[in-house]
Amino acid sequence: MEPLLEIRGLSKSFGGLDVIQDLDIVVHQGEIVSAIGPNGAGKTTLFNLISGLYRPDAGDILLDGKSVVGLRPDRIATGGIARTFQTLRVFQNMTVKENVMVAAYGKTKAGSVRAILRTPAQRREEREISRLAEEQLSFFGERLMGYRWNQPAYSLSYANRRRLEIARALATKPRVLLLDEPASGMNPNETLEVTELIGQLREELGVTIFVIEHDMNVVKGISDRVIALDHGVKIADGLYNDVADDPRVIEAYLGSGATTTK
Amino acid sequence: MAKIGQDEWVETAEERTSVDAGLRGRLRHLWANTHPGWRLGAFVLVAAIFPFITSSDFHVRIGVNALLFAILALGLNVTVGWAGVLDLGFVAFYGFGAYAYAFVSSDQFGLHWPTEATILVVVIATAALGFILGQPSRRLSGDYLAIITLFFAQMFVEVTTNLDRIEVGDRTLDITGGPNGIPGLDQFKLFGIQFDEITDYFYLLLAFLVVVAVALYHVDRSRIGRAWNAVREDPLAAEAMTIPVNRVRLLAFMFGAAIAGLSGTVFGAVQQGVFPSNFAVTLLIMIYAALVLGGTGSMSGAILGGIIVVSVPNVLRSPDPASWLFYLAVVGGLILLLRNPVRLLAVAGGVVALGFAIRGIVAGVWPDTVADAALRDSSIADGLFNWVVLLDVSRETAGNIAFIALIVAGLIYTTLDGWRRVAMLVPMIYLGVFAWENRLVFEPSVTKQLLFGAILVILMASRPQGLLGTPRVETT
Ligand SMILES: Nc1ncnc2c1ncn2[C@@H]1O[C@H](COP(=O)(O)OP(=O)(O)O)[C@@H](O)[C@H]1O
Ligand SMILES: [Mg+2]
Repeated sequence: MEPLLEIRGLSKSFGGLDVIQDLDIVVHQGEIVSAIGPNGAGKTTLFNLISGLYRPDAGDILLDGKSVVGLRPDRIATGGIARTFQTLRVFQNMTVKENVMVAAYGKTKAGSVRAILRTPAQRREEREISRLAEEQLSFFGERLMGYRWNQPAYSLSYANRRRLEIARALATKPRVLLLDEPASGMNPNETLEVTELIGQLREELGVTIFVIEHDMNVVKGISDRVIALDHGVKIADGLYNDVADDPRVIEAYLGSGATTTK
Repeated sequence: MAKIGQDEWVETAEERTSVDAGLRGRLRHLWANTHPGWRLGAFVLVAAIFPFITSSDFHVRIGVNALLFAILALGLNVTVGWAGVLDLGFVAFYGFGAYAYAFVSSDQFGLHWPTEATILVVVIATAALGFILGQPSRRLSGDYLAIITLFFAQMFVEVTTNLDRIEVGDRTLDITGGPNGIPGLDQFKLFGIQFDEITDYFYLLLAFLVVVAVALYHVDRSRIGRAWNAVREDPLAAEAMTIPVNRVRLLAFMFGAAIAGLSGTVFGAVQQGVFPSNFAVTLLIMIYAALVLGGTGSMSGAILGGIIVVSVPNVLRSPDPASWLFYLAVVGGLILLLRNPVRLLAVAGGVVALGFAIRGIVAGVWPDTVADAALRDSSIADGLFNWVVLLDVSRETAGNIAFIALIVAGLIYTTLDGWRRVAMLVPMIYLGVFAWENRLVFEPSVTKQLLFGAILVILMASRPQGLLGTPRVETT
């Protein structure tokens, strides 16, 4: 397997607090890798660094061998790294379908003049965007289909908004999808559904997935490989069973007061 | 099959459709299901008839102003309503358009460019100015950007006021004409048609409004329009979803600027002169009022808001319609406040009874102080004259006292609750009417502002999303 996303010696600190320290991570083409770790371990910060929202203090982030450090977040997203947010960030006052259509921006072209004139090329592109959005939404079965397309996103249930965020990220046609706690706040049924969905995304779209997840059942169900972080340092990297049994990982979780379920 | 994905929206679906049943609901349904093109067409049709039903140039001039405001509100709506970029420098672009037209269409520099080319050049130049002045939107947003852009607006007035005595070597250069502005601008001459009547500009503006509205409608429904909305909703998420936030913001800024520049050229030609005071911050407030009133984000709202902001104060200028609006506002405000027919009748009955009682007492004790209603050239006064006390002497003082008493009553009102609160409305309404009939009616310029302010407050309190806007949820 080839490395698709490569993180080398990455460091980031906030006002003296080292949140990420000399981190090395490799995610291969077609892999599903989970990142686990207690709250405050730096997982979300890692995603913020990869997606360009923060600039690393040191180290490099490579997508398919090319560095993305210093690129604007929108360039990185267009370049093939899409993400969802731990704290939901859907565009509340836009419709479900518009939310997804927005994400097609980077890979479409028609500018304002062509939009004003409604040139044939622009209309063709719009139809294509619309079709793409519907296709992404259809991944979630009935949940985001049909009449829901024209509802404002704020009217969706919490779980559906999480789904919408995933659909939106997919519309950027990513090579790597970063999911930040996709099952948080979901009930057991919905959690199971997310687990299945993640597998399906790889099967059907061939997208590589890097996922932060707290629920160890989900982690167990989906991961080819698990990476454990604590205080911004990688403390374990390997198969689920090895990582879950690693004394350092158990220590990190118990030490922070959280519990792991295996 | 289980109800998967059942949520709030679905659960309330039935409720929502049943709310739509009554006349109001049916109208709303009709409105929502009419293609915006038809709506615009209907508006244009009605507007096009307007100059025919009035023979007065004054009315058409108000119409011209209303259309100018409608176009300005449409432009501001792109920047503020769609992209969420708080641009308080908007009037500077309007002013720039007007001055740019003046520079090339007057004796100021002896230039008299053809109108077609001028409009094109001015619009492009204003967009370019928008590009320059919009640069701060790359780093700043919200309050900070608002302050910077407000500074631009103020600077425009300063610059135009002072660029009339520039020392270049031993010569003084006059660019803007200073406080006296540039008078004697050329009229438009478009495709061989020489403009000379106000009606010509009315129809031109109507055409511009259609062009601007259609263009914006198209952009709104394109990837650019969606990007604007996304950036307004959540710039960080937008960025992570492939949108170059700064560029998209800047584009919205330029759109607003270009549309303001277009309106500015027409304004210059209509007024046949430009003066710094034309572009003061008060104008900015009026354009914002139009946008907010109509419903930020809604194009129909912007047009309606522009028309209301111009026409209502003009209606309020003459006492009779002003009185009608005053009483409408009182009754409307009361209905909105109480919503309960029993209480409404109780309050109305109380007010009427109180009026007759006071009138009876005053007329009995001091018969010479009460004025004849014929004194007033107001049809409403006729109906009221047996009810409210219209004073003949010390009208002003009594009116002022009533006004102060009203404020005191209002303060007391806020501390009460239950039936006392409702009962307090009775003297408050009486005091309001008394102050109105004895004092305010005689001062149209003050009442105009007061009334318009009151109408705005009542409207915004009862419909925060504006007349035609859709309610938005807070996104933080
Ligand atoms: N922008 C920031 N400024 C200051 N501190 C931050 C910032 N972002 C994250 N942190 C800190 O970094 C640490 C890791 O946070 P985070 O990456 O969100 O952890 P996790 O996602 O693993 O729970 C926390 O202590 C948090 O307070
Ligand atoms: Mg986190």
